Amino acid sequence: MNKVYPDAKSALEGILKDGMMIMSGGFGLCGIPETLSDAIRDSGVKNLTFISNNAGVDGIGLSRLLETRQIKKMISSYVGENKLFAQQYLAGELELEFNPQGTLAERIRAGGAGIPAFFTKTGVGTLIAEGKEVREFDGEKYLMERSLFGDIAIVHAWMGDTAGNLVYRKTARNFNPMMATAAKITVAEVEHLVPAGQIDPDHIHTPGIFVKRIVQVGTAKKHIEFRTTRPRTAQAATGVEV
Amino acid sequence: MAWTREQMAARAAKELRDGYYVNLGIGIPTLVSNFIPEGIEVNLQSENGMLGMGPFPFEGEEDPDLINAGKQTVSELPSTSYFSSADSFAMVRGGHIDLSILGAMQVAQNGDLANWMIPGKMVKGMGGAMDLVAGVKRVVVVMEHSAKDGPKLLKKCNLPLTGERVVDMVVTDLAVFTIDKHGKDGMALIELADGVTLEEVKANTEAEFRVALKNA
Repeated sequence: MNKVYPDAKSALEGILKDGMMIMSGGFGLCGIPETLSDAIRDSGVKNLTFISNNAGVDGIGLSRLLETRQIKKMISSYVGENKLFAQQYLAGELELEFNPQGTLAERIRAGGAGIPAFFTKTGVGTLIAEGKEVREFDGEKYLMERSLFGDIAIVHAWMGDTAGNLVYRKTARNFNPMMATAAKITVAEVEHLVPAGQIDPDHIHTPGIFVKRIVQVGTAKKHIEFRTTRPRTAQAATGVEV
Repeated sequence: MAWTREQMAARAAKELRDGYYVNLGIGIPTLVSNFIPEGIEVNLQSENGMLGMGPFPFEGEEDPDLINAGKQTVSELPSTSYFSSADSFAMVRGGHIDLSILGAMQVAQNGDLANWMIPGKMVKGMGGAMDLVAGVKRVVVVMEHSAKDGPKLLKKCNLPLTGERVVDMVVTDLAVFTIDKHGKDGMALIELADGVTLEEVKANTEAEFRVALKNA
C-alpha cells in the first residue's frame, strides 16, 4: 500500500473536517510541521482544536491559522511570544487549556498507548488540580490526568521512508514521536524521503505502523526564534545572556 | 550592597555537585552555567529533549533543530543525547534530575512556589515548571528579594501556585534561605549577601524565618 503523497495538500485530502482535534508536533518553532499546518489553513476547515505545546509566533506556524480564525481551542503548555494569540484569547474568541508540559507529553503518550488515564505529582495543590481526582500512593498525593487522542496528527521528521518509518533530528524530535502514535490518522512531513530499507532499522524513532501518510517537504522552511551565539575567541560558556 | 545577578548565580552554583544532572530555568538561573565550580562536572538537561547541553554555537553554526527550552540556539557536547518530550519528563517526574534552579514571583515559608500566573494579566503558561518542581530531587529558587510592590518571601503565596511545598533553598540579592519543605523546621536564614544586615533582610521579608547564619 502506498503511503507517499506528492504534496501536503494531497496528503491531507479527505481527512479534514470542521471541529476536529489535531495534534501538531514541535517545540517553539523547532520541529513544527509547518508545510502541513499551512495546508490545513489553505483547506479552510474551521472550529479546530489544536493540541500543540505552543501556538507558533506571530506570522509563523499555527499562528497563521489564528490569523484566519480557524482555531477554536488550543491545548498547550506555553503560548508566549504571540500577540495575536493574546488578543484573541483576551477578547474571548479563543479557548485555551493549559497543561504542564510533562503532563501534556504524557497525556499524548498514554493516548497513543491505549492508557485512558494516569496519576502524576505534577500540579497537586494548584489550579491544574481543580476537578481532578486526587489519590494517595505510598503517602504522596497524585492527580489523575486523562489521556489525549486526536482525529489526526501532523508531525515533522528529518527522514522518512516509503514504509512510514521516521527519524527525527536533534531537538526537533520533542513532541513529534508521541503525537505520531496518538491519532486516528498521522500525516508526517519529512525533509528527506528514502525507499524502505535505506534507514538502519536500529535507528528508527517512529515505526511505520503509526504513520499513514508521508510527504517530502525539503529543508527550506526552518526558523530560529532566538539566535544566540558566542564569538570564536570566547571561552565556552552555556547560556550567557545577550 | 546587595548581590548582582551574577553574584546570585555564582552563589546558586555552589549547590552543584560533581556528576549532577541539572535543569536551569530562564533568566538568572541560566547564568549559573557560567559559574560551575572548577573540578566539577555537571550535565545540563533541557526539557525540550536534550541532555548534555553545550554553550551557544559559534556565529554561523546556529542550527534551527538545536535549541534549548528558552528557544535559544545551543550546541552539542561529546556527552549529548536527544530524546522526546515524554522521555524528558520521565527524567524529571521520575526523580532522575538532581537539581532544578529556577526563578520565582513568590515563595512561602513552607516551600510553596508561585511563578507562572498573575490573575487578570495575560498568562503565557507554566511550560515545564510544574513538572520540574514536583519531580526534581532538589529545587533552588533564585530571585530578587523584593518586587516593586513589596516582599516576595511570604507567609503564604497569594498568586496561584506552581507547586506546593517544593522549594528547598532561596537565593536572593540580599540573602540565602533554606526551607524544610517536608518537615517542621520552616525557613532559615543561612547567609547574608556582602554588606547586607540582618535588619535589612527582616525589613524586606514577610515570611517568618529562623536566623542560622553560618559565619555569624
